[in-house]
Amino acid sequence: MSPVSGWRENLRAVYMFAFMFVALAVVGVFQSWSLALAILNLCLISAVMSLGVNIQWGYAGLFNIGIMGFAALGGVTAVLVSIAPVPAAWEAGGFGVIVALAISLATILAAVFVARRAPAGIPRKVLLAFIIIGGFFLARAFFFPAVEAIEAVDPTIAGFLGGLGLPILLSWVAGGLLAAAVAWVIGKIALGLRTDYLAIATLGISEIIIAVLKNEDWLARGVKNVSGLPRPVPYEVDLQQTLWFQDWAARLGVSPVEISSIFVKLCYAGLFAIVLLVVLWLSERALHSPWGRMMRAIRDNEIAASAMGKDITGRHLQVFVLGSAVVGVAGAMLTTLDGQFTPASYQPLRFTFIIWVMVIVGGSGNNWGAVLGGFVIWFFWIEAEPIGLWLMDLLTSGLAQDSPIRRHLMESAAHMRLMIMGVILLLVLRFSPRGLIPER
Amino acid sequence: MTMNDSEDYLLGENMTGGYGGPDILNGCTIGARSGEITVVVGPNGSGKSTAMKALFGMLGMREGTVRLGGEDITGLSPQDRVVRGMSLVPQTGNVFTSMTVEENLEMGAFIREGDIADTMGRVFDLFPVLKEKRRQLAGELSGGQRQQVAVGRALMTRPKVLMLDEPTAGVSPIVMTELFEQILYIAGDGIAILMVEQNARQALSIADRGYVLVQGRNRYTDTGPALMMNTEVRRAFLGG
Amino acid sequence: MDGILNALILLSNFVIVPAMAYGSQLALGALAVTLIYAILRFSDFAQGDTMAFGAMATILLTWALQYWGVSIAPLPTALLALPFGVLCTIALCLLIDRWVYRFYRRVKAKPEVLMIVSVGVMFVYNSVVRLIIGPGDRWFVDGERFIITAPTFKRLSGFSEGVAFKTTQGLTILMAIIVVAALFWFLNRTRTGKSMRAYSDNEDLALLSGIDPERVVRTTWFIAATLATIAGVMYGLDKSFKPFTYFNLLLPIFAAAIVGGLGNPLGAIVGGFTIAFSEVALTYAYRKFVGYLAPGDWTPEGLVQLLSTDYKFAVSFVILVLVLLLRPTGIFGRRSS
Repeated sequence: MSPVSGWRENLRAVYMFAFMFVALAVVGVFQSWSLALAILNLCLISAVMSLGVNIQWGYAGLFNIGIMGFAALGGVTAVLVSIAPVPAAWEAGGFGVIVALAISLATILAAVFVARRAPAGIPRKVLLAFIIIGGFFLARAFFFPAVEAIEAVDPTIAGFLGGLGLPILLSWVAGGLLAAAVAWVIGKIALGLRTDYLAIATLGISEIIIAVLKNEDWLARGVKNVSGLPRPVPYEVDLQQTLWFQDWAARLGVSPVEISSIFVKLCYAGLFAIVLLVVLWLSERALHSPWGRMMRAIRDNEIAASAMGKDITGRHLQVFVLGSAVVGVAGAMLTTLDGQFTPASYQPLRFTFIIWVMVIVGGSGNNWGAVLGGFVIWFFWIEAEPIGLWLMDLLTSGLAQDSPIRRHLMESAAHMRLMIMGVILLLVLRFSPRGLIPER
Repeated sequence: MTMNDSEDYLLGENMTGGYGGPDILNGCTIGARSGEITVVVGPNGSGKSTAMKALFGMLGMREGTVRLGGEDITGLSPQDRVVRGMSLVPQTGNVFTSMTVEENLEMGAFIREGDIADTMGRVFDLFPVLKEKRRQLAGELSGGQRQQVAVGRALMTRPKVLMLDEPTAGVSPIVMTELFEQILYIAGDGIAILMVEQNARQALSIADRGYVLVQGRNRYTDTGPALMMNTEVRRAFLGG
Repeated sequence: MDGILNALILLSNFVIVPAMAYGSQLALGALAVTLIYAILRFSDFAQGDTMAFGAMATILLTWALQYWGVSIAPLPTALLALPFGVLCTIALCLLIDRWVYRFYRRVKAKPEVLMIVSVGVMFVYNSVVRLIIGPGDRWFVDGERFIITAPTFKRLSGFSEGVAFKTTQGLTILMAIIVVAALFWFLNRTRTGKSMRAYSDNEDLALLSGIDPERVVRTTWFIAATLATIAGVMYGLDKSFKPFTYFNLLLPIFAAAIVGGLGNPLGAIVGGFTIAFSEVALTYAYRKFVGYLAPGDWTPEGLVQLLSTDYKFAVSFVILVLVLLLRPTGIFGRRSS
């Protein structure tokens, strides 16, 4: 590529980012700055997630549709790291749960050991079946009484083991690690087989992760949710009572209540921006390193790469784990921002799909593209509802105000969001498959 | 010996082109006459198989024409050429492995309307072992039998030109001899046969005409026996 | 002796009959997935929502028929509306193939790209269904509810346990048998069916034999849409219609298709029943069953349930993982290509 056209493309990217910020500013001026910042914060988190997916899809062509599962792992880590432990629950059933988990782990290790080391044949199968079934029932024997005891402890506010009571920012790292560990297991099983299998396996694991988080109340209260997670930034109420803040608000000539909410959102935005920049910087470094070039070579011609002696499955595993870790980090950030963990809000494919649209619209294989896609698509997602309503209004304008068809359509305008996203995805794939900022 | 092109039922003239990269064919000309066996030989990478693909319309040619029975078919798709009486036995993947021998033959006759029992009977006459194994899956047959299924499938359209891309690749010498005899028999029905062969010596011995290609160009053209007698051809391409 | 028989009857009522019906639904869905994979060579993620669309079209006509008082009692009216739903779905699939998928065939896109495209299509279908019929539960079943009710069974047989056999369950199983028989007859006995198998086996050779790929593709959508609609309507009749549950069927359906070997119709059927039986059997509470078998009046304290029903997708997933680990090409898989 000639330096001039490269420069021109860079300029194009700069314009598009500038346009995005102008759009946010327009929301700030015409709707409210608080809303604009709320959108910005989710744009930042989306951008991190879409970087994670870009690492998998853009660098290596891996099809992961379990994004929400990995995000939920990050989310539950935020709870487990930040919430204070519930001593009564630990006393009631902590030991039982730990024993049960230890037995499960030992069962898996023993099964793997037997499967690998014992000579093949009927005795091995019998032994394996015995280990797995025995381990299952033994673990259950400890698990169920313990769980019952834990969930009985102060069920309206606790009923779970609680967390470690550490600063929530630690969970951003820990969430990434947990997601990476789960991705490693999935990758070990499904990578090296056909791409479709990885897709189904990730869909499956994501549904299971979310089912576990919804149903295992002892862990994070399940659908009863955990709220009131400690924040990494100051609380509005505290700010409003601080002298320097009141002074500052007075000097700006706005009410402390209004400015405190904006200030808090700005703090979050700052933290998220730091994470985004770090991940982006690392991703760019990785992409332009020999490792990144090799990844793309493998993606573009797996047969040739394998003929050259590249360990494709091994490389894919690295990329899958790294990408999932980034998604896990973003998941922890999301829960931190919400201040609560609500497993039911992780809809397996719906939000996974939005992240995918972000990567493809932005430009798969290009980190800047993924970030831009994260911004643009989240912005659209939020604005799609008003647009959908407006479209429906227009389409049904010929009908009477109280016509049942019109009423039905106006009520279902929310479903237009998915339609708009689906159509955007199909159009981009068809007419501009390289996205807004193409890979180079 | 002089060549009279007007007799060629299938004729590719001045064929030039490749797979998008550098040209593999550089103006080569190949023809096949009804009832005769034409063999194309040459070293690896000389463009033999590419020339077959060009004749069958599976390659975008930059220059040159292909004529079938005097009619220009350069722009036709492979499927249209099948309808006009051309049939190709590819070198690999030339049978439907998950289908029975009989089904393979039926699929060969897919473009035909009406009764195909007669043609199938002729194929079974030619390859009696296929009749015995007609309910077996083609994927379960031996290499030689598979080649027979492949040729049989190609014959089911009742082609006027039968093209074979290295039909004896990977089969035993006995099977090869048998297959060449059967090909001679097919030619006896008045079908023009054009084949690319690695086993140049044996193939030329049954050929009415042989082409020696080098780097996508015609190097020698003569009757099979004459090429085998040619000392240069023998030294360079037939191993002495 | 009575204890054992009662235990078996109990098991039939709560495990075997429901799993047969569910297995039939999964098998039909998995057949559609596997056919699309065999011919178009990608995993169609829109399958669940195609089922939802077909069911929706059928439901709309069913409601209309019910409103007009048309009935084929004791059979559900939906059966009468089914052909209409099938036609609508076929039309939709052919249209989407023409507008969306055909382009990617022409440029010979990688299967992963087609998978993403199908996810896009899935979301369009998804929103179309929700726009038209809404996201909530819809009932459309009418006619006789049971072929045999539990009390009738008890009265006739004299056992203390009964087997209830719902009309919808019976119809589902019957329908699956008819559809599968017709499909296998078509694939193995007709020229068009054989040409589909040939195309799936060896695309290049099929072209050389003069088989028209576009015709094969159209036939495939035709069949897949029919299968999806029947599966969707039967599932809706048997349980209830809710767009979201159809999306959730994607996992068990794909698990079934993969377990049997993607691209293999027989495998899809075996896979469907494997998944269905495992799911129902592992999430059933065996308390009463054990009670009948155990000597004396003893019954276990707990539910004796291996897995809570909340984890039923885990069953599909675990079976899927086991197959991927032990036999990546599936039970009936051909060479992995």
